[in-house]
Order: sequence, then structure tokens, then C-alpha cells
Amino acid sequence: MDYLLIQMLNGVQLGLLMFLLAAGLTLTFGIMDLVNLAHGSLYMMGAYIAWTLIGLTDSFVLGALLALPVTFLLGIAVEVVVMRRLYARDHLDQVLATFGLILFFNELVRAVWGPAGKSIAVPALLSHTVEILPGVLYPAYRFAIIVVGALVALFLAWLVARTRLGMLIRAGASNRRMIGALGVNIELLFSLVFGLGAVFAGLAGLMAAPISSVKIGMGDDILILALVIIVIGGIGSIKGAFVAAMVVGQIDIVGRAFLPDFLKTFMAPAAASSAAPAISQVLVYVLMAGVLVWRPTGLFGQRN
Amino acid sequence: MAALLASLRTPRGLIVALILLVFAVLPLLTQAFDQRYLLSIGTRIVIWSIAAISLNMILGYGGLVSFGHAVFFGIGGYAVGILAANGLQSAWLQWPVAIAASILWAALVGALSLRTRGVYFIMITLAFAQLVYYVSAGLEAYGADDGLNISRSRFPGLIDLRDKASFYWLCFVLLLGTLWFCGRFANSRFGFVLRGAKSNDQRMMALGFPVFHYRLAAFTLSGAFGGLAGILLANEGAYISPAMMSWVKSGDLIVIVVLGGMGTLFGPLYGTIAFFVLEESLKPLLDLVHKGWGEYWQIVFGPMLVLIALYARGGIDSLLGRRHG
Repeated sequence: MDYLLIQMLNGVQLGLLMFLLAAGLTLTFGIMDLVNLAHGSLYMMGAYIAWTLIGLTDSFVLGALLALPVTFLLGIAVEVVVMRRLYARDHLDQVLATFGLILFFNELVRAVWGPAGKSIAVPALLSHTVEILPGVLYPAYRFAIIVVGALVALFLAWLVARTRLGMLIRAGASNRRMIGALGVNIELLFSLVFGLGAVFAGLAGLMAAPISSVKIGMGDDILILALVIIVIGGIGSIKGAFVAAMVVGQIDIVGRAFLPDFLKTFMAPAAASSAAPAISQVLVYVLMAGVLVWRPTGLFGQRN
Repeated sequence: MAALLASLRTPRGLIVALILLVFAVLPLLTQAFDQRYLLSIGTRIVIWSIAAISLNMILGYGGLVSFGHAVFFGIGGYAVGILAANGLQSAWLQWPVAIAASILWAALVGALSLRTRGVYFIMITLAFAQLVYYVSAGLEAYGADDGLNISRSRFPGLIDLRDKASFYWLCFVLLLGTLWFCGRFANSRFGFVLRGAKSNDQRMMALGFPVFHYRLAAFTLSGAFGGLAGILLANEGAYISPAMMSWVKSGDLIVIVVLGGMGTLFGPLYGTIAFFVLEESLKPLLDLVHKGWGEYWQIVFGPMLVLIALYARGGIDSLLGRRHG
């Protein structure tokens, strides 16, 4: 029972990390109508920038806090140099150009930071465990990710539902040209939204770094998972991204944790432990296919 | 015949004729100049061209942005590899099975994904390709992540695929066949319905064409030729691995089709040649500028893709003047 609880918490933690990534993606999709495959590169850049800054400042918190504005600026730069030329283009052009950006960033990282992966140590403050229930211990760092992730999700919900910026974002998602005609500075709005998405992606990358590792292409696999999440949730919907991220997080973790034991009841142990992660990945895609067949624009997507 | 000769007078016809001529005698050239390495690049160009032509059928003519086309490399390749690993090496068995598997998968994926459109279509084709990728990476008996060395398909008494030149010529003949088929396809009634649906599917439906069925048929055909390319790719390296169908390969195929010129018969051929030539020449060029930079050629290649997407939509084909017919 405790094991199940801990694995489910791990699922929540993974889900929140993917939500951070998916939130920026679904906003740029919904508002700018932009397919941004390079969003995973911002996740990777966030982690690498944090690695450098943590090394320089000798403090995880300081380095991480400094990395966020740097990622924001990087996001703005990418938006100004490349992305804003792509808004009016069709999806194929966007796929092609952002695919080019992925190659560029992966190779840039290899040139600057070298081919070997880096690791960020869990900050000393959070290297112990916390007792979440009597007798159930959970690593403090993972718990901190859950807290930060939940706070950011709440912040986003507040931002989108309660602020003027959020109002413009929602208006932009439903009718871009109209809010431009009403005198809103769309270029600035788009830059801000893209920068915000970059910060969330970078935050996810640097928070994931101590539990996985900082390596080239780290953003690519998780990007595809994030794309699956926003497609399941419905493009442009923050709520949809949150729900889908939670579900996918649970499927992934629970699949990895419990499938091997289940498979071992009728398979050779070695085959079972290599098949289990594959099966849990497959389940995610089967879920997506099912949702799209049932609702071709996702769970919370606009139907028209 | 007269039309064929007449087409030689246009720059486009002349260039196509030259390219095909060079391809036809490539093994003789590489032997004469003792450049074995070039023959293996040439073989890969021919195989990738077949795949690019098959993607062009749906992407170029149909306007359907499939971001998972490399999955057919994997399905064709794994069908051959799995049969070979189980002692069934006859190509007469392997190849039809591989093509049938590709057709089945394409029909299934097409039936589900063609219900969606736009971004959703891009993502769902990508997701189905990833699904197969992860399944192959979980196949412990067939090498899982590391892949598997296989023995090449056998055409007993007919052709030995281990001989590099014979294998190359087989691929080349199959490329000619694919080009011929695609030419017929594009200019048939079927092809025109597909192209009509690309520019306005509502109108085509109003005219009474079951657009979904046409698209599904095209998607399935495209998958069959993609599977053929997969069979050849597995035989070229005598090796299969999940990396054959990584999503980056699907991206590469899209790049090739756009680079060459979407919806043109020979565009995918130009695109593949340009892609491989760029890859092989950027490295030494950058090394020339500064020793050691060649390793990082994608820093240059990535922004080139951005520029192509922004400013060169017609692709290489459009550089050869306007098309007629």
C-alpha cells in the first residue's frame, strides 16, 4: 500500500513536470497557432543554463532562480528572431523550421558544454526524506517538485482566469485577429506568452535535472510526451493539459512500477523488465488514439 | 518516345536524364575511381529517395503532413529482420510479408488519424510512429534498443544481395519503378482527386468524391512504398534497430520532400541528393574553415532548415523554371 502511494506520488511529480512543459506549448499552440517542436530545446537549455549558474554561484536555489530570467530572455530572442516570422505560415513550415532549431540547439549544447552529460546534485537542504504519512517516507526533493509544480499550476490558473494578461491570452486563443483589431499590441503579447512558456519549460528542465540527468536531446523525448498531452487535453486548453498530464504521469509511473511484477507471472523476468517500460509508453499512445477517435479535438478542445 | 526526347530539351528534363544516367552507372564509376564509400552513400540515396517519393504521395500531392513516415522503414526492416532471425531468409517470403505488414499498419493508422486534421493529424501520426518505436525497443528477443545484425534476404539463384553492386542496381531498378508508379499516380483521376482535396476538400466532397476514402487509399499506398524502402534499408546495412524509425528520421524525410519540391515527381529525388550531399560536404567544409568545426555541422544545417522553411517553399524543383503539365 505504501509502495503504491509512493509510486502514485512519483506519477504526480512526473505529471506536474510535464504539465509545466505542456502549458507553454498549449499556449503557443492555442494563441499563436504555432507548432513549436523546439519547445523541448528550451527545456534542455534551462537545465544546461542552470547547471552553469549553479556551478558559478555554488548554490542550487540561487543558480536556479538566476536561470529563469536567462531562459526567459532566450525564449524572447527565439521568438523575435525566428518564431514571429512563422505565425502566418502553415503548419508544415513551422514543423520544418522548429525541427531545424532542435538540430541547432542540440549541436550548440554539444559544442558549448561537450558531448558528455552533466549532473546537478540534489540541494543539501532537500537531500533528506519527509514523512508524508506516519511511517511513509518520501524524498524531500521530489516532494519539493510537487509543491513547486502545484504552485506554478495555481499561478497559471490565476494568471489566465483573473488577470488582464490572462484575459488577453484567452481572447487571443479564441480570436487572434479580433484582439489585434481592438488595439491590443499583439506582437508584445505573443513575445510575452512565448517567453512565459520558455520559463516554464526551463523550470521543468532544471527541476528534473537532479533526478534524471542533463544531457543532449533530453528535451526531445519528453517533448513528444508533452505534445501527446496537449493533444489529449485539447490544444489551447490549460485545464486539458493539466488533466492529461496527470493521467499520463500516472500511466507512465504505475506502468513502470507494477507491470514488471505483473508480466513476470507469465513471462521470463528479463523479458518482463525490458517489456514493461515499452508497454507503459505504448499505453500512453493508445490512450491518445482512443481520445482522438472519440473526440477529434481532444478532451477540452474547441469543437468547430 | 518523341515526347521523351522533347522533354530532354527543357532544363528540367536534361537534369533528370543526367541524374538518372549517373545513378545507372554509379557502381562502374565508383569501381573505376576506387571509391567504395561513395557506392554505399549512393545506395542510401536511392533507398531514401524511394521513401521520400512515397511520403511525397501524401504530403506533396495530398497535403497531409505525416510526421511518422519513418515508421515504415522500421516495419519493413523489422519484418525482414524478424523472419531472418527465425531462419526464414527467402526474399519471396520476406518481402511480401513486409509489404503486407506496412499496408496493414498504414491502413489502420490512416483510418484513425485521417479523422483528425491540421495539427492533430501531425501529432497522431507522430504518436503512432513512436508507439511502434517503443514496441521495437522492448523486443528483447530482437536486440531491444541495441538492434540486431541480420543476414540479408536471399533470392536463390537470381541475385546475391551481399554483392554491393548488384544490390545497388536492384535498388535503382526499384527506384525507377517507384518513380514510374508515382508519375502514373499523380496524373491519374485518383491523383487529381487527391490534389483537389488538398486545395479544397469541402468542394471535393460537395462534388461527390468520398475524400476520406481517397486519402486512406493514398496513405496506404504510401505506406507500402515506405515499407519497400524499409526492406532495402535493412538489407543495406544487414542490421535493424529502433533508430531506423526514430522521429528524427521522419523529420529528415519531411525536410527532404520540402527541400526538393513538394508535389513534384522528381522533387524527392533532388531533395535526397541535396540532403546527403549537404551532410557529407558541410563537415569537410567546416573543418576547412576551422579544424574541428566539422563535427558540429548541424549548427549550420539547423538554421539552413529555418531559412528553407521561410524563404524557399518551392524547393529545388522551382529553381529549374516553371513547370508545365
